[in-house]
Amino acid sequence: MSDITKQSLTELVENIKNKKLSSTDVTKAFIDRSEKSEELNAYITNDFTSAIDKAKKFDQKPNLDLKLPGIPMAVKDLFCTKNIKTTAGSKILNNFVPTYESTVTENIWNEGAILLGKLNCDEFAMGSSNETSFFGNVQNPIDKNLVPGGSSGGSASAVAGQLTPITIGTDTGGSIRQPASFTGIVGLKPTYGSCSRYGIVAFASSLDQAGPMAQNVKDCALLHEVISSYDPKDSTSINFKRNHFSKELTNNIKGKKIGIPKEYRVDGMPKEIEDLWQKGIQYIKDCGAETIDISLPNTSYALPTYYIVAPAEASSNLARYDGVKYGFRAKGENLIDMYEKTRSEGFGAEVQRRIMIGTYVLSSGYYDAYYLKAQKVRKLIKNDFDEAYKKVDAILTPSTPSSAFKIGEKTNDPVSMYLNDIFTVPVNLAGLPGISIPAGHDSNGYPLGLQIIGKAFDEQNILNIAYAMEEKINFKNKITDWWIK
Amino acid sequence: MSKKNSEYLINRKDNQYEVVIGLEVHAQVLSESKLFSTSATKFGAEPNTQVSLVDAAFPGMLPVINEFCVKQAIKTGIGLNAKINKRSVFDRKNYFYADLPQGYQISQFKDPIVGEGKVILDMPNGQKEVGIERLHLEQDAGKSIHDLDPQNTFVDLNRSGVALMEIVSKPDLRSPDEVNTYIKKLRSIMRYLGTCDGNMQEGSLRADVNVSVRPKGSKEFGTRCEIKNVNSIKFMQMAIEYEANRQVDLIEEGKTIDQETRLFDTKKNETRSMRSKEDAHDYRYFPDPDLLPLEVSEKFIEELRNDIPELPDDKKRRFIEEFKLSAYEANILVSDIDTAKYFEEVVTKMGKNKDIKLAVNWITGELFAILNSKGLEISQSPVSAKNFAILINLIKNGTISGKIAKTVFELMIDGDKDPQKIVEEKGLKQQSDPKALEALIDKIINDNREKAIEYKQGKEKLFGFFVGQAMKASGGKANPQLINEILKKKL
Repeated sequence: MSDITKQSLTELVENIKNKKLSSTDVTKAFIDRSEKSEELNAYITNDFTSAIDKAKKFDQKPNLDLKLPGIPMAVKDLFCTKNIKTTAGSKILNNFVPTYESTVTENIWNEGAILLGKLNCDEFAMGSSNETSFFGNVQNPIDKNLVPGGSSGGSASAVAGQLTPITIGTDTGGSIRQPASFTGIVGLKPTYGSCSRYGIVAFASSLDQAGPMAQNVKDCALLHEVISSYDPKDSTSINFKRNHFSKELTNNIKGKKIGIPKEYRVDGMPKEIEDLWQKGIQYIKDCGAETIDISLPNTSYALPTYYIVAPAEASSNLARYDGVKYGFRAKGENLIDMYEKTRSEGFGAEVQRRIMIGTYVLSSGYYDAYYLKAQKVRKLIKNDFDEAYKKVDAILTPSTPSSAFKIGEKTNDPVSMYLNDIFTVPVNLAGLPGISIPAGHDSNGYPLGLQIIGKAFDEQNILNIAYAMEEKINFKNKITDWWIK
Repeated sequence: MSKKNSEYLINRKDNQYEVVIGLEVHAQVLSESKLFSTSATKFGAEPNTQVSLVDAAFPGMLPVINEFCVKQAIKTGIGLNAKINKRSVFDRKNYFYADLPQGYQISQFKDPIVGEGKVILDMPNGQKEVGIERLHLEQDAGKSIHDLDPQNTFVDLNRSGVALMEIVSKPDLRSPDEVNTYIKKLRSIMRYLGTCDGNMQEGSLRADVNVSVRPKGSKEFGTRCEIKNVNSIKFMQMAIEYEANRQVDLIEEGKTIDQETRLFDTKKNETRSMRSKEDAHDYRYFPDPDLLPLEVSEKFIEELRNDIPELPDDKKRRFIEEFKLSAYEANILVSDIDTAKYFEEVVTKMGKNKDIKLAVNWITGELFAILNSKGLEISQSPVSAKNFAILINLIKNGTISGKIAKTVFELMIDGDKDPQKIVEEKGLKQQSDPKALEALIDKIINDNREKAIEYKQGKEKLFGFFVGQAMKASGGKANPQLINEILKKKL
């Protein structure tokens, strides 16, 4: 089978279970394509040699009852992986090899998957274009010199470019959904508390969630089923009954009420985004569901709120990277000098910018005006959703206000870069699940995504809506393999 | 300085100053594992052998609250007659230091687990109430070791993440003596509760001391200085004395006192400025997003309340009522839980016909003396409560005299011997046979005819001479009461 890497996860699992393919066949195929795809710069670290060993071992004694039997996959380099370098895209962790495994990746390996390597991302997941990574830009397989989005840019690029059948990213303000939208794939940000944060390098603890990224909704549902678990090692993990998302997946969404929030019609939004949204509304109706106009009045405060809360938490979360215990250390005259040099040389510009913003908004005299007020607004934003969900089952919005942009286009304009997250951050602030599915192309043929936002713990519902829409949309990603010589 | 009516005042020319003191006591929670990790907390372990990935703040590591430490804090709150807050919040206190791996300490800032309470102090001139402002849970930092290498500082993270209770008093203390009594009372309560071992040498109990002065009679507080991390009661008292006098001198010279943090130099016996208010850290407190607010139910609190043992104040009241002890005696016995336990066991073991006063005198006299000289705690007493009780009974029922009892006690120490056996083996039993004693006395009177005549002629102090002779002749074993009676009759 020459087109192994074109197969979806669901197909691969079936073929391995039917013994049409071995784990070794599949693993070798993805490694081969990954090796030919260096120009995408999707990987920070590969573990190909041991992946083949593991695949061979799996094939000798295959356990076909597992959910991901012998499936190779690469993961975002924000997940700590035992004995494999974990950098978070930063120089400061360039030499860091964890002795422990994140709960989410542990869940994946327990279901039979095999690690291919660690995928590029924005430094500490701070960015919307993967340009802040210490390990360089990631190319979008859609077109040369196009950003894949961020912060899970390497992950999105690797799935869209078929370097891995599926992957996991993390989403603090849109870091799964925005790159999924930019690369024409599916990305789910689960309800806060659904996936354990244990072993994930923290950016903003009250917002961070791991989630699946895949070629289609069904694959996404299956991977979510594997990674979502209650974990006593994470105090914010929530103990609730989790669905068999892939088994319970249905395209029957008749009678569902889908909210269309008027506040997401922002100034300066390109017409093609508006058109896409309208098409989405039509698809919903075609599926037998109903759309209802709703209001989320505090939406416009979400982005400023996010850019106070997230940097505040980040400034504290990143204090541990001080050169004392692990990671990069610069030489200094004394302790303070060592701190200053280590952190100036070890962190990139965007991370430093956010640490400074966070330190500022938490400092005495400014705390009430910024951090405390942001927490209050955050509550209002959550109340907006609670109010809306009295009337609707889910909400449909565009995933991003534009399609993917060129590398370097927004590098010197952080605010324009931050605006990319305008539709995704409210979901994180409210702790809700949101999924981005590819829904069309812009005039350049670049993919555009639609976002479905659900009630807390209602992932099954938004997966079903996405599944039903996916069938109607029948999206085809235009990948030309331009980077393969 | 004058201590008229035990009031502690500082005198300068015509002015008298009152000293106002508040304490922030850091008490290590007695717990096998740390506040947010499962690492051990044993004192004196090899450096960095009790450190988990959480304690060392590895990437992606998350804190998980130790329920036992929460229970300990609530119990302590109950012991301090304080309000238990059903909802409390853990905050991050952000600052950089090499022995603070996270770059922040997890503490409780706005919403502590325990609110206002009070502690009663027994002072020589009566009882005094000291208000408790709050008690909160927090992590300890690691330890920086600066003296192992001329170039480098070493860091030991064994203590990193150990649970501390910070107990903040109101500024109700007025003298070093009150501070002494307050610390001892806190320690006593926590030892009764089993929530802190109170061991100051091992750093389980240390305090930041806030000191200010004001003219006697003034209602306004003066500017305070905080003396950081003082780890013995003696040093606290010395530091307060020095600091109060320093502040009074400044006022007398017409200068102002700067609000600042100071260090106590134990070698020079002085406090020194560490940092001024302007240089104070901005800790950027905010709620720790890795931890949900801590919520405890009424039932959870009630179960702990039902589990609270009799505390020193109640025990003291009971001792006074039940055993007819003086307040002074009761105080001595209850202040340390192990002393109280020992005493109560002795009382039980003495059985029906007991002499509690005698037991108290022996515990606070002979037993304390021995423990002191050997540097032992009462829990390590070489004489068990059981054998101690037998000894007291032997005195009470006249088997041995108090004097002989001291000899017996000396012999008991070596291997907790049964005093009954010692008395038998050494033949120390008191001679209480009137006939034998009469014969003995007859002989003494016969041998000292001239003195007997002198006594009869009125030289009464010779009586003592005859008692002495009789005791000597009996090898100290004669019942002194009987000797007295017989001598009076015969002479």
